[in-house]
Amino acid sequence: MDVSTILEASNITQTFRSGDHQLTVLDQINFTISSGTTCAIVGPSGSGKTTLLGLCAGLDRPTKGDIKLNNVALGPLSEDERAEVRNKYVGFVFQTFQLVPTLTALENVMVPLELRGQKTEDVSEEAIELLTEVGLSDRLQHYPSQLSGGEQQRVAIARAFINKPKILFADEPTGNLDAETGATIEKLLFDLNEINGTTLVLVTHDLSLAKQCKRTIHLKNGQIEKDESSSPVKMEQINN
Amino acid sequence: MNSFFSTWSWKMAWRDARSNKKRLFVYISAIIIGVAAQVAITSFRDSLNTTINNQSKELLGADLEIETEQTPPDTLKAYFKELGGDQSTITEFPSMVLFPKTGNTRLANVRALTGNFPYYGTLETMPTEAALEFKSTPSALVDQTLMTQFGISVGDSVRVGRFTLPIGGALTKVPGESAATAMIGPRVFIPQSVLDSTTLIQRGSRVEYKQYFKFDDQRDMEPIEARLDSLEDHLAIDIDTETIAERQEEIGEAVSNLGKFLNLVGFVALLLGGIGVASSIHVYINKKISTASVLRCFGASSDQTMSIFLIQAVVLGFLGALAGTLLGVGIQYFLPSLVSDFLPVDVELTISWLAIGLGLFTGTGVALVFALLPLLALRKASPLYAIRTLDESITSLLDNKVKASIYTIIVFTVFGYAFLLTESWQTAGLFTLGIAGAFGLLLVVAKLLMQTVRRFFPSHWSYVWRQGLANLYRPQNQTSTLMLALGLGMLLVSTLYFSQDMLMGELQFANRDDAPNLIFFDIQSDQNEPLNQLMEEQELPILQNVPLVTMRLDSLRGRSVQAITSDTSSHVRSWALEREYRSTYRDSLINSETLLEGEWTGRADPSQGAIPVSAAQEIANDLNLEIGDSLTFDVQGVPVQAYVGSIREVDFRRVQPNFFMLFPAGVLEQAPQIYVTVTRAPNQEASARAQQAVVQEFPNVSAIDVSRILKTINQFIDKISFAIQFMALFSILTGLIVLGSSVTTSRFQRIKESTLLRTMGASKKQIIKILSVEYLFLGLLSSFTGLLLSVSATWLLGYFYFDITFVPNGWVIIIGTIVVTGLTILIGMANSRSIYQRTPLEVLRTETT
Ligand SMILES: Nc1ncnc2c1ncn2[C@@H]1O[C@H](COP(=O)(O)OP(=O)(O)OP(=O)(O)O)[C@@H](O)[C@H]1O
Ligand SMILES: [Mg+2]
Repeated sequence: MDVSTILEASNITQTFRSGDHQLTVLDQINFTISSGTTCAIVGPSGSGKTTLLGLCAGLDRPTKGDIKLNNVALGPLSEDERAEVRNKYVGFVFQTFQLVPTLTALENVMVPLELRGQKTEDVSEEAIELLTEVGLSDRLQHYPSQLSGGEQQRVAIARAFINKPKILFADEPTGNLDAETGATIEKLLFDLNEINGTTLVLVTHDLSLAKQCKRTIHLKNGQIEKDESSSPVKMEQINN
Repeated sequence: MNSFFSTWSWKMAWRDARSNKKRLFVYISAIIIGVAAQVAITSFRDSLNTTINNQSKELLGADLEIETEQTPPDTLKAYFKELGGDQSTITEFPSMVLFPKTGNTRLANVRALTGNFPYYGTLETMPTEAALEFKSTPSALVDQTLMTQFGISVGDSVRVGRFTLPIGGALTKVPGESAATAMIGPRVFIPQSVLDSTTLIQRGSRVEYKQYFKFDDQRDMEPIEARLDSLEDHLAIDIDTETIAERQEEIGEAVSNLGKFLNLVGFVALLLGGIGVASSIHVYINKKISTASVLRCFGASSDQTMSIFLIQAVVLGFLGALAGTLLGVGIQYFLPSLVSDFLPVDVELTISWLAIGLGLFTGTGVALVFALLPLLALRKASPLYAIRTLDESITSLLDNKVKASIYTIIVFTVFGYAFLLTESWQTAGLFTLGIAGAFGLLLVVAKLLMQTVRRFFPSHWSYVWRQGLANLYRPQNQTSTLMLALGLGMLLVSTLYFSQDMLMGELQFANRDDAPNLIFFDIQSDQNEPLNQLMEEQELPILQNVPLVTMRLDSLRGRSVQAITSDTSSHVRSWALEREYRSTYRDSLINSETLLEGEWTGRADPSQGAIPVSAAQEIANDLNLEIGDSLTFDVQGVPVQAYVGSIREVDFRRVQPNFFMLFPAGVLEQAPQIYVTVTRAPNQEASARAQQAVVQEFPNVSAIDVSRILKTINQFIDKISFAIQFMALFSILTGLIVLGSSVTTSRFQRIKESTLLRTMGASKKQIIKILSVEYLFLGLLSSFTGLLLSVSATWLLGYFYFDITFVPNGWVIIIGTIVVTGLTILIGMANSRSIYQRTPLEVLRTETT
């Protein structure tokens, strides 16, 4: 296997059983993503995008097939070992944000680093910086219930950035944002990719966002309908 | 475990807790009362034990007590002399006393004293000096309660037998005796010097001769007791000895039995609290699944996520235990007034560190054990639940093996603690079984209820009723919890109530129109006719007039009683061998007797060989008697050969003289005998008049006024049950708190949906109605189930233990159900205020995240 491959999905099949009805959401998906690239997963609602993203990040086990993340096969790992992999290499932005309701914005962002055993004092500066970058410097001590949907999403992005992940999975990262804020977030994402070499895997309905990625995987009915690599369109070109 | 001690876990635990203070308070509140009950009782028991140890000498009043049932024979007297030390004698017997000033009479416990007893502690009297002066004056000391009852004061006189003497003082305390003693048999102390003048010591009188010793040297009691044992064999009389150590142990045991029982009753409160904890933490953790999953997504291990909530459980359990402990230490100060009447000492209350430690430990432990299930389930929360909601309860993640082990741990904890409290495997086992059975039954009923409502759902009912009913079985319902908390509380309290009711009802026999209510006993043969005449003059019917012959058992199945008692392998009860039998003779069985085995012989001739006697079932069991077994009785010096001719059942609850051994006519007629006369007085006045007349003329005859005894028993049961009810009160309180906390937790569940309903246009009224319907059904069913269970429990208790058929009072069931249901709805509504006090937007923002 190529050293520069960060994610490898082989023969991923995911089926759900509800009653005696069997639903195949993902059907024998194969792809590899090379380190440092940007990749968009697009497809109609219900096509399995969130499911696939969750599997790639090791949040769930596929019914069949295996995922290799950073050259580590997730299949044989225990839940706690996978947790460690996630903490070291993976960032995740949820479609439904999933901030911890009892933590303030700042504390939510600090969680991944604190989990590594770092002291609050040492990580708060970095967290504040990130929150400032996403435009929430005056919302540090707010609880999720005191934030708007878009604000919560930005906190979630800051949280995904803080451990400088090798690969970042983002489920609809700009879905709830106005054009201007959305653009800021997109810039943050791609800067992270360019400066730190973080691999980006985005799920999006936003075609302009997808176009900025080097690669686009089209999902339909649980299968890869199209897998196209393109020279990414630069932001400036769209804005002009 | 490492993660339990990591700063991160503690930090997260604190961060998570700070915005959930209210919910967490609900979580700990349930155990506070239970812990308080445990600490209060344990602490009180501890103080009591210390007091008993400190005042052990006052419990007996002397270093040694030697008791016989007849005037000590010369050999024994000689030994008393040999023993030396300071000695006192008390001759104690029941007798009627009469107060000439008012004419009142009362059966009293008369004690004729000579010497300086008590050597430790004092006879407390008003005035104080009376205790010292009454022997020389001479005058009497009369129980203060008796004097108050009849309006007698110091200086008035009392007549004991044929002798009248002034009352020198009111007796308030006798060392080693509780206030309740006065209730059963009011005490009258007289100087020994006037004993003969009373002429009360006659044939058949039940007299105890007590010799008290005070030794100046630290004498070893064992050789003395050994010597007395051999004297007992030699003289063939019953000699009882008691030393300070023995008395202390005896009283300590009696007191600790009461304490153990109260502790168990209080433990139920703690268990109820445990259920409260289990249910609220369950709901709480259910809400934390997504938080835990998100943390897992960012790399927290399962131990780390669990630690956060484990820390909360431990810390909060400890805080709850601490609050309960402080409360318990306070409550301790109320306990003496509850039971002081039964205690032979005035308790010196101390702060018991043992009780405090136990309270903190058990409180935290109970909170932890009952939180175990959801906590362990949380370890299974996979990060997946950050993107998919878990639609079942979190505990469904645990496999059955783990669940079974947790339940086992809980059962063993309960059993272990019950054992710690009672120090008896059996009691602890029975207690655990009983509680588990009640839990199981209530849970089954809850499950059945949910299934039934679901199955026969009244789909044509109005929306409000349907919604309220559906709340009973919808996800995250509180049906089981409330059923347990309310049902168990109800079960406990009403079983207590029913049992008391049943016993009291059974005792009302004396108030029936034809039942005997006045018994005269110790009637000498020459007094029998005149006394019967006197009854006629008083227009009282003679319901029974029975001769009584006292005798002892000499040998059984050919072996002498002495041989059997000293044979350790014998299963015969020694009290039954050594007791004095008061037997009668007649030619037929009466209606309170039923023949069980053998054949009843109505008349026998001693010259024709052994006499067939009839033994009561109770004594036959204790002596292992079978039909045909030979018995030799010593009838006041005359040996009588007999054998067991029949065994009969005797209804000992009838107010009449009943006999363990019944002789046929033709045998005992010539033996020295005394009589018992049973009559019925139509009212209190007639009864008092008859008693006065009898005491005037036959001062040695004693009267038992059944209605007075009933009153005494009533008072007694009232006092005891008040103490028990006080402990049960903790359970009720805990039940209410658990009810409150369950309702609060279910509010956290219902609030969002209620608000959603409101945004969709439901009126305040509709929402209140929906919730009331839910609480109405919960309250109705749980209280009704609890009551039904308690009716069964009482019935079983009556059937197997008291031999009484229990008929429950329907009104109690109806009213109990209504009250508890009303309370449930009330607490439910009070707790749901915020649903209509806050705006829907506010609620949705805080409750949905
Ligand atoms: N636990 C489950 N049980 C049954 N079906 C499931 C489960 N999880 C997902 N599904 C189904 O799998 C399909 C794919 O879901 P997924 O969330 O991956 O879609 P998506 O592509 O992310 O859609 P959207 O764009 O609307 O977010 C859906 O039809 C969903 O109903
Ligand atoms: Mg999705």
